[in-house]
Amino acid sequence: MVSAIVLMPLLGCLLAGLFAKSLGERMAQLIPTGLLIASAILSWIVFANGNTADPEIVTWFTWFSSGGLEVVWSLRVDTLTRVMLVVVTSVSALVHVYSMGYMEHDPSKPRFFSYLSLFTFAMLMLVTSDNFVQMFFGWEGVGVASYLLIGFWHHKDSANEAAMKAFIVNRVGDFGFALGIFGIFAVFGSLSFDTVFEALPEMAGSTFMFLGWEMDILNTLGMLLFIGAMGKSAQFLLHTWLPDAMEGPTPVSALIHAATMVTAGVFLVCRMSPLYELADGASTFITYIGAFTAFFAATVGLVQNDIKRIVAYSTCSQLGYMFFAAGVGAYEAAMFHLFTHAFFKALLFLGCGSVIHALHDEQDIRKMGGMWSIIPLTYLLMVVGTMALTGVPPFAGYFSKDMVIEAAHSAHTNAGLFAFWVGVIVAMMTAFYSWRLIFLVFHGERNNTPEVYKAAHESPKIMLIPMGILFIGSILAGIFFNYIFIGDGAHDFWGNSIAGGQHIIHEAHHSPTWVKKAPFFAMLIGSGMALWIYIARPGMADKIRESAGVAYDFLLNKWYMDELYNWIFVKPAMWVGRFFWMKGDGATIDGAINGLSMGVIPTLTGFYGRLQSGYVFHYALAMIGGVALIIAVASTGGH
Amino acid sequence: METLNLLAAGPELILAAGAIILLMFGVFTKGESAAVTTLWLAVGVLVLAGIFAYAQTGDTEYAFGGVFVSDGVSRFANVFMFFGSAVVLILSRDYMIRAKSMLFEFPVLVLFAVLGMAMMVSSADLISLYVGLELQSLSLYVLAAFRRDSTRSTEAGLKYFVLGALSSGLLLYGSSFVYGYAGSTEFVAIAERLKDGDAGVGFLIGLALVIAGLAFKISAAPFHMWTPDVYEGAPTPITAFFATAPKVAASVLLVRVLYGAFGEVADHWWQIIWFLSAASMLVGGVAAIGQTDIKRLMAYSSIGHMGFAMLGLAAGTAKGAESVLIYLAIYLVMNIGVFAFILSMRRDGVHVTKIDDLAGLWKADGLSTFCLGVLMFSLAGIPPLAGFWAKFYVFQAAVDAGLIWLLIVAVAGTVISCFYYLRIVKIMVFDDPADAFDGPMLIENRLTLFGSAVLVFIFVVGGLGVPEMAAEAASVFAK
Repeated sequence: MVSAIVLMPLLGCLLAGLFAKSLGERMAQLIPTGLLIASAILSWIVFANGNTADPEIVTWFTWFSSGGLEVVWSLRVDTLTRVMLVVVTSVSALVHVYSMGYMEHDPSKPRFFSYLSLFTFAMLMLVTSDNFVQMFFGWEGVGVASYLLIGFWHHKDSANEAAMKAFIVNRVGDFGFALGIFGIFAVFGSLSFDTVFEALPEMAGSTFMFLGWEMDILNTLGMLLFIGAMGKSAQFLLHTWLPDAMEGPTPVSALIHAATMVTAGVFLVCRMSPLYELADGASTFITYIGAFTAFFAATVGLVQNDIKRIVAYSTCSQLGYMFFAAGVGAYEAAMFHLFTHAFFKALLFLGCGSVIHALHDEQDIRKMGGMWSIIPLTYLLMVVGTMALTGVPPFAGYFSKDMVIEAAHSAHTNAGLFAFWVGVIVAMMTAFYSWRLIFLVFHGERNNTPEVYKAAHESPKIMLIPMGILFIGSILAGIFFNYIFIGDGAHDFWGNSIAGGQHIIHEAHHSPTWVKKAPFFAMLIGSGMALWIYIARPGMADKIRESAGVAYDFLLNKWYMDELYNWIFVKPAMWVGRFFWMKGDGATIDGAINGLSMGVIPTLTGFYGRLQSGYVFHYALAMIGGVALIIAVASTGGH
Repeated sequence: METLNLLAAGPELILAAGAIILLMFGVFTKGESAAVTTLWLAVGVLVLAGIFAYAQTGDTEYAFGGVFVSDGVSRFANVFMFFGSAVVLILSRDYMIRAKSMLFEFPVLVLFAVLGMAMMVSSADLISLYVGLELQSLSLYVLAAFRRDSTRSTEAGLKYFVLGALSSGLLLYGSSFVYGYAGSTEFVAIAERLKDGDAGVGFLIGLALVIAGLAFKISAAPFHMWTPDVYEGAPTPITAFFATAPKVAASVLLVRVLYGAFGEVADHWWQIIWFLSAASMLVGGVAAIGQTDIKRLMAYSSIGHMGFAMLGLAAGTAKGAESVLIYLAIYLVMNIGVFAFILSMRRDGVHVTKIDDLAGLWKADGLSTFCLGVLMFSLAGIPPLAGFWAKFYVFQAAVDAGLIWLLIVAVAGTVISCFYYLRIVKIMVFDDPADAFDGPMLIENRLTLFGSAVLVFIFVVGGLGVPEMAAEAASVFAK
């Protein structure tokens, strides 16, 4: 059954990609969509029937066997995998359905659906893998598919650039991940999860030489793997690709940036929980990076004007939450937030898509306003999504986010405490920028031409239905699942799939009252400020902007991170590349080849032509000379 | 050893008997049609001998008191030489009739030449080596001058004869040195003698002279200068013959002498082969660029290819010998295909051989262009065609032997030679069409061209058994 879940998207991809002509455009959309819906239904069945005993392993066949390294294609199904299966296939299926409406006017629909299914397949390979190599296969497959999807509108330069940026930035992370895999093989002599996890305790505290330094094995490996996770999950320093990736079609953003690709890093850390439980240094690093990313992305999100970029930075920030939860050892909380986040963030992205669709590809929120009466259903859906994101009880985000923040406090470490306070402040900022988006888009004055408003219309049913399903998820996911994910049922639910014994979660339930209430009040303050600035006192935002000046520019330009990277990495790389191209390749290599082929060789040919005179005595002389030469050669030899 | 053991020399006896009988047949008949009959009968004799050679299996056998050997190497070479010569004979028929040179002596001389070659590859003694070599050479001198009415043909024959006589002299002189040192002309005895002590200067001079004499036959630089002139001047079917079977014979003979008789002093001769190989590859590459005549071009091409074949020889290992055999087999197939096309280049009834005559052939005859293009790519050594694998095997043998500098020369030679092979493709496909050739191509030429292109193409799928055959043949050199 799991094999079917994983392979049906691949089938859909191949059918839509290779046989689009014979299938027809309509079937090329329906087939992958249908297969994914089937895959999603099967995932829920697997989820519901899951047992908590040892992981179920489905072996396909041996991939390769070389020396001590044997890699087998096999699927590992435990609770962690089941959760990811449900998240990935559900969101993907809904996005497939939604895309049938959203991409209606696009000429290359089969290609789009093929890519979507390919992406889903790669992500499923990633979450079901039983060894590092297969995981890396899925990991890279996700990278390739995201490149194709982000650059789907390849006639747009900005889309191509964004696709390349996503790919290249991910390469940095993947390099770390690959190094981590090499290191694991070097240390453990195996790449199978079970073997490595069993051998982990023996390695705790031992050291090895890495880059000429004596390093703790587990911390080093944990850091390297986390660098991979940072790339995929857009954590601070490797986050720059995520906002630019909004150049892709909006359903892509919902799929990649809400539920799947960006959560791969969180999944990796949770999957490696046996390792991180023993690697305090790496875990502390994860906590700090996660907390800092949450803060950084939220500050940038406060002032952005592109509707999708706001949501993108919000994603980045929420991923920070997940990471610091994992960093303090509350992997269950991280996974729960991943789970709920998938619903409401996908809902928000699809809502944005609906707004953009209604306004004919307008993405600037300054050119929106007063939309609620025109697209009331979208308005309703997005408000609920926002309430879930900001953590209004009893919506999904309330349960998971509060748990994450409480867990950080319960860790009783410096890093945990830092993460706790950042979490609370970011909760306030999250509320502010989320409501700012709603108020600017749906309330206030209509800031665009009347023609645009006249043409604006509610999205078709095929787009609204998937959103409706996510809407239900956003409302109920928290209430419904908090008992098994992080409540008293957690122990039975997670079984052996996550290490650490859930002591952080247990402690978090007994946090002081003020800790439990803090995120809620932070959310209220943030929402209140947004209400005050954008609804009660229109025009106040401009005044604040003018008085803030430099600080505002700093945030608007994303802390100048892109400029910094441009200056440190891109420019020198271009310079070096240009040098090797112009001087190295052009002058030296081409020059040498041209010189040889157009100068030296023809000269030799001409010279030779004169030797070949046609006279027998010349030829005979050459032969005698040759004999003399080889006699000389023969007599000097012999050793 | 002291027996006649005629069965071991079966293929050679078939050839000898066939040649003599056909000579008598030719003397007592008259006219062109009788000559054509002789040609077909000669083809039959070659095929019969080829089948016999192919059927010969089992251990190494000596005949004629130990001067003649039948082993894997000689059988491998025989099969390719006999069938290759048969195909060349078939391709010659039309040309020789048109040139009014279809005389019965032509197939008979070819048979004698092939008999000489068969003796060469089977020789186990310096005397039988010389006899075989001279039988082959004398037949080839006459063949080169076969068109008595053409001054260029007679010039080619004379040049070949004079220089060939010089090389034979060198070979004999060298043989006498070797005999003086070893006290025997038998390869086995020479090898035995060399095991005992260090070779003296006199012996080394003999060794160098013998190699020089054989290098002339495979047209290795700097003993190659006759090749372009003779290739150009000789009638084209004879050129095709020169470029195929005798090259195989002389190369295999060189392998046999170096590995069989002089195997103990490999550290002396590998440097000579190194030098000959490097010089041939470079001359073959550089000189061919300036050519405008496709026959001269093929002459330089063969010089270059012999250089590559000697690359495997320079390795001095059994694997090197194996790679040489594979190289020769592939070289033979490619060259026969190319000459099948050259033979059909006629315009207004006149045979043309300029490269420019090929311009724009793509438009007139797409299939032939494609086949010839495949052969050119293969000669250049582009994967996945057979020519690439030929080079692959010799390069691998050289790598294993650590001949890095020779490999660098080889790569340079390959790159240079790519230029003129690809230039032919470029001329055929992209240049403005010249006047069309007289059509349509004869069925035998078309089949040969197409067949060799297909063989070159499908070699990559398992190598058609040739590498396995060569490995088995070369196992006699494994120590």
